[in-house]
Amino acid sequence: MRPVALMLLLVVFISGCAIEPWVQPYERANLADPIMSFSRDPVSSSYRKHVFEAREGARGGEGSQGGGCGCN
Amino acid sequence: MVKAVKVVAVVATSVSRFILASLIIALTSPAHSAVLPEDRADVLSHSYQGGGMDITGPSILVRKGDDKSFSAYANYYVDNISSASIDVQTLGASEYKEERTEQSVGFDYLHGKSIMSFGYTNSEENDYVSDSYHFGISMDMFGDLTTVSMGYSRGKDSIYKTLFVDGNKTRDPDFHETVERQQYSVGLSQVVTKNLILGLNFETITDEGFLNNPYRQYRYEFAGADRFDFEVYPGTRTSRAGSIKFNYYLPYRAAIHYKERIFTDDWGIEANDSEVGYTHPFGENVIVEFRYRLYSQTRADFYSDLHAEKSTQPLDFRARDKELSTYDSTTLGLAVSYEFGKSGWGFVDKASVNLAFDYMKFEYEDFRDARVSRDDASLVGNEPAYQFSANVLQLFLSVWY
Repeated sequence: MRPVALMLLLVVFISGCAIEPWVQPYERANLADPIMSFSRDPVSSSYRKHVFEAREGARGGEGSQGGGCGCN
Repeated sequence: MVKAVKVVAVVATSVSRFILASLIIALTSPAHSAVLPEDRADVLSHSYQGGGMDITGPSILVRKGDDKSFSAYANYYVDNISSASIDVQTLGASEYKEERTEQSVGFDYLHGKSIMSFGYTNSEENDYVSDSYHFGISMDMFGDLTTVSMGYSRGKDSIYKTLFVDGNKTRDPDFHETVERQQYSVGLSQVVTKNLILGLNFETITDEGFLNNPYRQYRYEFAGADRFDFEVYPGTRTSRAGSIKFNYYLPYRAAIHYKERIFTDDWGIEANDSEVGYTHPFGENVIVEFRYRLYSQTRADFYSDLHAEKSTQPLDFRARDKELSTYDSTTLGLAVSYEFGKSGWGFVDKASVNLAFDYMKFEYEDFRDARVSRDDASLVGNEPAYQFSANVLQLFLSVWY
């Protein structure tokens, strides 16, 4: 009985039925403004990331896909 | 025996329940809320000048979708490199020129609240070829306030060595090395309030193969002076990096951005960087962004500006790459965008022209300017610490359609 209850709880939890969004869709105008984007211009942020990675020992962990860098 | 059968049965039942639960979750996910990236094209011209290096070139990124569930992109990027860096000058070599071309293609597929992404990147230089594949998945949940993402990349690099024969470049037929790379990432984007969004990311990267630059040499003490020999690196590297970032919408139309990242690897490097930015629109058409970034790292265990002695065996690692030394860098940037054509023109919805400038300053703690002691051996090991600045410029046109 316990696994079934756990599964049902998980389904309800993940499907979002039991959670009332504390920020309603009509309250998200500011969040949708382009100035709030983590990467407003992908072509520019990708280039800037490449500049840093080519000159620094650190790499990764910034939330975008990787690729060969040809940094040597 | 009976007990073992019971254990197997319980495990099998658990797996079945997990699969069943996953199916129910997928089927009960409400329809569309995740959003595919916008259809747009960007043409960028970039320039990096500093430390004896001049790198320029274009980047063209085009993305188009079917307005429903599919979006594909292609990127063409070039680095035209002209280099007389401190490494080149210290070894008395002459300035060299080379070109790196990078091409990427990929697509995103939207299904319900999930987006699956596939990508391929190829990078080519005359002495370095890299291919990598990427797979990622992201899912919106909890009333679309939370987006969870996972990614995996796998790549293989082929490294060659260029020789100059009678003034012409040719590949050294006796040198061909490879690197295999895997990247695992997880991320979370969370709406915290109607004015605050939070991002968390973690990534681990493993490399295996020839990880040093085949041209770079380390320095070691010899009879009261210094000598150089080719670097010797470990054959593997594993790194971990995590970041947290916030975007906050101010009471007027402007936003503050903040990002903090920490990094560590099994070569002994520990690094962290912080960036703060402020984005301020002027009127309907102009957006200005100021940004300030600080980066610092500690050296790799096998890095030294002046090693005590020459490496005598393969595991006697030696590096003098300034990117593996202890140093700080500071970046100060300004970006301006001007949007136009918002009323539409043919198939174009709007466009923008953008200019971005970053000033970078690098200050090394244990990488000395060995050019100073080329003519006076008594200065070896006492040269001033190296530092340089760089100007990074981007000019690009973006078109949405």
